[in-house]
Amino acid sequence: MKKQKLVMIGNGMAGVRTIEELLKLDPELYDITIFGSEPHPNYNRILLSPVLAGEQTLEQIVLNDLDWYKSNGIHLHLGKTIIKIDRKERTVTADDGTVESYDRLLLATGSLPFILPVPGNDLPGVIAYRDIKDTNEMIDVATRYKNAVVIGGGLLGLEAANGLALRGMSVTVVHLAEWLMERQLDKTAADLLKNSLEAKGLKFLLQTSTEALIPNAAGDRVGHIRFKDGLEIPADLVVMAAGIKPNTALAESAGLHCQRGIVVNDTLQTFDPRVYAVGECASHRGTAYGLVAPLFEQAKVCANHLAEHGIGRYEGSVTSTKLKVTGVDLFSAGNFMGGEGTEEITLADPIGGIYKKLVLKDDRLIGACMFGDTADSTWYFKLMRDAQSVAEIRDTLMFGESNIGDVGHQGHNKAAGMTDADEVCGCNGVSKGTIVKAIREQGLFTLDEVKKCTKASSSCGSCTGLVEQVLMNVLGTDYSATPRKKSICGCSDFSHDEIRQAIRSGHLISQEQVRSELGWRTPNGCATCRPALNYYLISTWPHEAKDDPQSRFINERAHANIQKDGTYSVIPRMFGGLTTPSELRRIADVAEKYQVPTVKVTGGQRIDLLGIKKDDLPAVWKELDMPSGHAYGKSIRTVKTCVGDEHCRFGTQSSMKMGVDLERMLFGMYAPHKVKLAVSGCPRNCAEAGIKDVGIIGVESGWELYIGGNGGIKTEVAEFLCKVKTDEEVREYSGAFLQLYREEAWYLDRTVHYLARVGMEYIKQKVVDDADSRKALYERLLFDLKDAPDPWKDFERAGVDIRQFKTIPIVEVGNA
Amino acid sequence: MPNSSSTQNWQKVTTVDEIPVLGSRIIQAVVGQIAVFRNSEDEVFAVLDKCPHKGGPLSQGIVHGKSVTCPLHSWNIDLSTGCAIAPDEGCAKSFEVKVESGVVWLNRQELDTSHG
Repeated sequence: MKKQKLVMIGNGMAGVRTIEELLKLDPELYDITIFGSEPHPNYNRILLSPVLAGEQTLEQIVLNDLDWYKSNGIHLHLGKTIIKIDRKERTVTADDGTVESYDRLLLATGSLPFILPVPGNDLPGVIAYRDIKDTNEMIDVATRYKNAVVIGGGLLGLEAANGLALRGMSVTVVHLAEWLMERQLDKTAADLLKNSLEAKGLKFLLQTSTEALIPNAAGDRVGHIRFKDGLEIPADLVVMAAGIKPNTALAESAGLHCQRGIVVNDTLQTFDPRVYAVGECASHRGTAYGLVAPLFEQAKVCANHLAEHGIGRYEGSVTSTKLKVTGVDLFSAGNFMGGEGTEEITLADPIGGIYKKLVLKDDRLIGACMFGDTADSTWYFKLMRDAQSVAEIRDTLMFGESNIGDVGHQGHNKAAGMTDADEVCGCNGVSKGTIVKAIREQGLFTLDEVKKCTKASSSCGSCTGLVEQVLMNVLGTDYSATPRKKSICGCSDFSHDEIRQAIRSGHLISQEQVRSELGWRTPNGCATCRPALNYYLISTWPHEAKDDPQSRFINERAHANIQKDGTYSVIPRMFGGLTTPSELRRIADVAEKYQVPTVKVTGGQRIDLLGIKKDDLPAVWKELDMPSGHAYGKSIRTVKTCVGDEHCRFGTQSSMKMGVDLERMLFGMYAPHKVKLAVSGCPRNCAEAGIKDVGIIGVESGWELYIGGNGGIKTEVAEFLCKVKTDEEVREYSGAFLQLYREEAWYLDRTVHYLARVGMEYIKQKVVDDADSRKALYERLLFDLKDAPDPWKDFERAGVDIRQFKTIPIVEVGNA
Repeated sequence: MPNSSSTQNWQKVTTVDEIPVLGSRIIQAVVGQIAVFRNSEDEVFAVLDKCPHKGGPLSQGIVHGKSVTCPLHSWNIDLSTGCAIAPDEGCAKSFEVKVESGVVWLNRQELDTSHG
């Protein structure tokens, strides 16, 4: 079949990103041609400011070099501007006469700077600030002239002014509005910004409008600028940074509907369905975006449709702003000005140069404006995009995300304050400098890209917030935040929630059904989605959906914990941390017989045999003759107990018995992540119940239940759920909570993450207040766990493929 | 494709049925342990059981498409070449495989040479 022809007009970031996404989905579908007016391949326009400021070179900001176009078979026409689109004949014509036909056309014409209609605006020395050419001219002028005037005190204007000042020019910023960046900042923050930029040597003329640009004495370039109030100042260079407008002239001439941008629908199609538009030229639901993050979201959706996958819609973006001026920290997002029906929380320390304002409406954060301390900006931005209720954390909201308990990065929680040598990711040994370098040189925009290329935050994830901050600091406004809806993995665009819903409502019981129903891009998923799907299926339809061991991580397939040298660790179960002399004797015998190199007491009150060869596992299990400890699974791990009232002089309750009962009840329970419980017999809490998924503390009059604790990556103290009287109630309430978590949490979320997502009120309502709901949850848990097989003993029922424990020797010759 | 009649150049190692679908078996050879994989299309691949990253046992990984994900640090390895999928870099030695009537053969010469 002959390939369809795709022509793209414009060779900038949004357009090329669309092509990249398309090539990922289907590299063979189209014969692709790109026309670009500039003589350069696609480069990172965001980083023009660091280039101007002398922090980076032009070569470093190229995103796709010419080899990229070549190796993907793209016909590239540089330095050619398309002047005509014939939609009837489906051709485009360039200014040099080149004609190209298309089946699909992608408009990515970007935007044009707004040039003030004043006399003298065409003089040499009057430029905009949009591309490499402008940047080079500014760098050149700075070596020969003294006085620069920047018209426009917005983001772009201030970055230009800062760069020119760093290159030694005397810079005045002229701004029409009452304060700087009036579309991103309130007056208080803007005044602080102005003070700090004045301290760097910039001069400002606010509420000032330009009347004319006047030639110099020789008449060969601009020499002065005159304002409406009569003031005149010298200007060897005038940079127009008073805004941009979507570049729609070509689209309009082709009869496409435009209204402050080329109007597109949620699939980025214009009124002619063969013609798509993305980027700054497109107007979606009345908004033309000028920042990279939303444009990349558009690119993804557009590529999806070009590839004829037909899923995914672009529904608009929440955007944020960050100024890329070294040493100035400011951030704003959403509705930061407030207004009717909104409430504001502010913190102002004008002397210390810190100002924070949060705007709330209906218990949700809808805007933020910060100056001087923006460490928590990523967190606020996330709260806004997720539209999460902040009612429960309102009293501490202003103080930011508590980082207490985070480990692995020397206690840092503010990326801006770290040196390049400081370690951000303690798991993989990645320093801040390495991340910054990768972002700049490899053109990274998202957390996922940083994870892939540097490995930072790809292991335990505790430094994710720091990495996002580094991204935001380097890319400023254009940091592409983690999308609101996170798809499960690269195989699908559906989120965990949507997949769980589909499995439940469609009564899907196999992975093949899920993948075909939801249009998976890969034949059998990947190592990320397969374990998740398997869990969702067996937890939603217990005893009905069939467990697929090949979709489980090796530990849950071999029922032991893989070690770095490929051997395994074996931890037999000791209910409630209790054991017997005969068990200990068998453990000792096994350890000797199989020459177990390390025998260790675990934190969960049992014994770990480390360094066992895989082929020995079945024999080891048999000789131990103890139940599997499931120490390897996303499953019930242990119920840690203290001695309790049987022996302890302070004990008020039988914590050992309670622990054993709970652990027996939960035997074989798989969950979104590991689950740990503890039972203490009195408030001295020797079993450390405060950092467990379910912590139970005996008091004289009964038991207190705590949930959502965590002693791992990020220490989290469990929250009080309720108090009950009887042992049976302890089992019912904690069982109901665990079942709720099992049914609703996303795969790999611990209870603390689930709790943070749905809120304590919701859980109390389902588990404590509503007795019917609690009983139903508890019954579903018991039904699921009925006759749970022991994978160390009942291979057949537990689905253990024992062939894996037999290495195949090569039998010599003659076996043909 | 190698000549099927020249059995002296080929070593029978196992049958396709003995390898779990989307799973693997380990062959003990002179050159070391070789992981033999079977994917959902019943294609069979053989790769030295050592991830180019930190030597993890690839045989224990999750198999998907024509790749396996190493169980230690989740590198993805292309089973047809033994090489890591970008942005990771490095290759595990891959071995020539022949499947005939459900029997899996490896190239004897590759098994005997002790490099890799």
